Amino acid sequence: MLGEGILKGMAETAKNFFGSYFSAERLTTVQYPEERIAPIEATRDFPFLVYDGADWEAGLRCVACQICEKECPPKCIYIEKSADKKPDYVGKPQFYPAKFDIDISVCMSCQICVEVCPFEAIKMDTEFELSTPDRFGGLLLDRKQLAKPNEHYHKIHPTEAAQVDARLAEGKAKADTRQTNAAIAAAVKGAEIPARPPAGGD
Amino acid sequence: MFATLDQVFVLLEHWLVGFLPAGWQPAAGVVLSVAVIVCLFPALFALTVLLERKGLGRMQNRIGPNRVGPFGILQPIADAIKSLTKEDIVPTRADGVVHFLAPVVQVVAVFMGFAVLPMGRNMTLVKMDASLLFYFAIGASTELSVFMAGWSSRNKYSLLGAMRAVAQMISYEVPLLMSSVAVVMIAGSLSLDKIVEAQNHYSWGLPHWYIFTPWGFAGFVLFAIAATAETNRSPFDLPEGESELVAGYHTEYSGFKFALFFLGEYLAMFSISGLGTTLFLGGWSAPFSFLGRVPSWIWFFGKLLVSMCVFIWMRGTLPRLRQDQLMNFAWKFVLPLTMLNLMVAALWHFLGDGWARWAVCSAILAVSYVGMAWVEMRSQHFGARSYRYAE
Repeated sequence: MLGEGILKGMAETAKNFFGSYFSAERLTTVQYPEERIAPIEATRDFPFLVYDGADWEAGLRCVACQICEKECPPKCIYIEKSADKKPDYVGKPQFYPAKFDIDISVCMSCQICVEVCPFEAIKMDTEFELSTPDRFGGLLLDRKQLAKPNEHYHKIHPTEAAQVDARLAEGKAKADTRQTNAAIAAAVKGAEIPARPPAGGD
Repeated sequence: MFATLDQVFVLLEHWLVGFLPAGWQPAAGVVLSVAVIVCLFPALFALTVLLERKGLGRMQNRIGPNRVGPFGILQPIADAIKSLTKEDIVPTRADGVVHFLAPVVQVVAVFMGFAVLPMGRNMTLVKMDASLLFYFAIGASTELSVFMAGWSSRNKYSLLGAMRAVAQMISYEVPLLMSSVAVVMIAGSLSLDKIVEAQNHYSWGLPHWYIFTPWGFAGFVLFAIAATAETNRSPFDLPEGESELVAGYHTEYSGFKFALFFLGEYLAMFSISGLGTTLFLGGWSAPFSFLGRVPSWIWFFGKLLVSMCVFIWMRGTLPRLRQDQLMNFAWKFVLPLTMLNLMVAALWHFLGDGWARWAVCSAILAVSYVGMAWVEMRSQHFGARSYRYAE
């Protein structure tokens, strides 16, 4: 009958109203600055640069290959390659970013930079309280602001960071074996050449 | 003692006015009463806005404002400071004078309605023989202010909102008037004071309010529906439907002018609640004879606040109607029922005392309500609409 639904609805809202004084779970609001919910593990907002060791400048994994800069859909990354080279974590000489800026007012948090990075150097952060009174300079983060230790990565995304570490360790082990093999081969070669019998071969 | 408390405001006014020379006393008394009304109702408005925001929050499983002061009770002060200090922007091509006048006309017209409402025993500002007529005449001019606002803003949303508002207010003005006419027929007077007096007697401790009669109950429900539409309240808030019209006729208002519109809207709700209370709920009379010693103004303002709570409750519950539902509802359902209610009220009068008139009047109203609702729902004049999509 006409009006029945209205009465039912009014009963429902009355139940909500009085119920909210008796059961706390009806009010799902979190009083944000005072109360916080821990972010879920998949939370992401803006990228940061991972570094290993104690010194952020020496430990940056980024080799300034500029793939992320090219892939970034809103073009918020700006990289300047260094003139000289520095050894990376496997000891191979690599370029490093002389300048690495991300404009987080432009960034759309798509994570494409993270997915294309071959060096596991850029990852997504969970820090969201980034408001600043300076909307141009304050939101343009340079490499010093972006650099965060690997421990931070482990803290915010533990599972993912463990996988990344395993991959890096594997790569380092492979590189080490290759290096040792090359060294051995070189040593063997140097030692063997004079001793090799002329008819020998393989 | 109780009589003094009941008349405390009247006595206070007489005492204050007594300091003036005799020639000035009538004028000073009126000015004093007007000043009290002009201060009291905006204060009540602040209280209601807070109640509304807290209450709506609870109904929607939110907390509502809780930052300004303990439990957010100072929120109205923060709101007032905000709207007073905001920049007042007038569109370049707007009609400046009309744009300025619209909110003023709205608030003034609504305030004039309070002049004839009996807010307690001997507490009517202007005792008029045709105060109901005066009330409706003044109430109709709020439509003018709404249209002034919409037209002068030179904005399509404002104009559309104003058109909707005017169409809606004119449509619902008819049932509003018609449902009050039933009361006038039974009470035999257009004076609101006399209407309250007619309801202010008791049998077996229970009052003779008009809502406790079949025609009065039907009239009250119809009056409440029409009053909700008349004050542009949800579910009849199409003129300011924010999902399609930004804010309707007050889109181009900011700062204090917007606050005036906001104030006017709530004052209109107070005033129409006051009228409904006076017509159907016995005005300032107590709900039981043994409570008769409680001051009459407490009952009037108590009933006023209860009806405001019902307004808020409805807003928390009902979604907005569609324009065609709104119009169909007014002209094809509410208006015929108010007409029928007039007949029923006449029948009630002529059937005399006894149980027969209760049975006959209730039966007529119930059958016609159920029947008309069934027909209208079937023909989909209101209720859910079924769609047929192209293949």
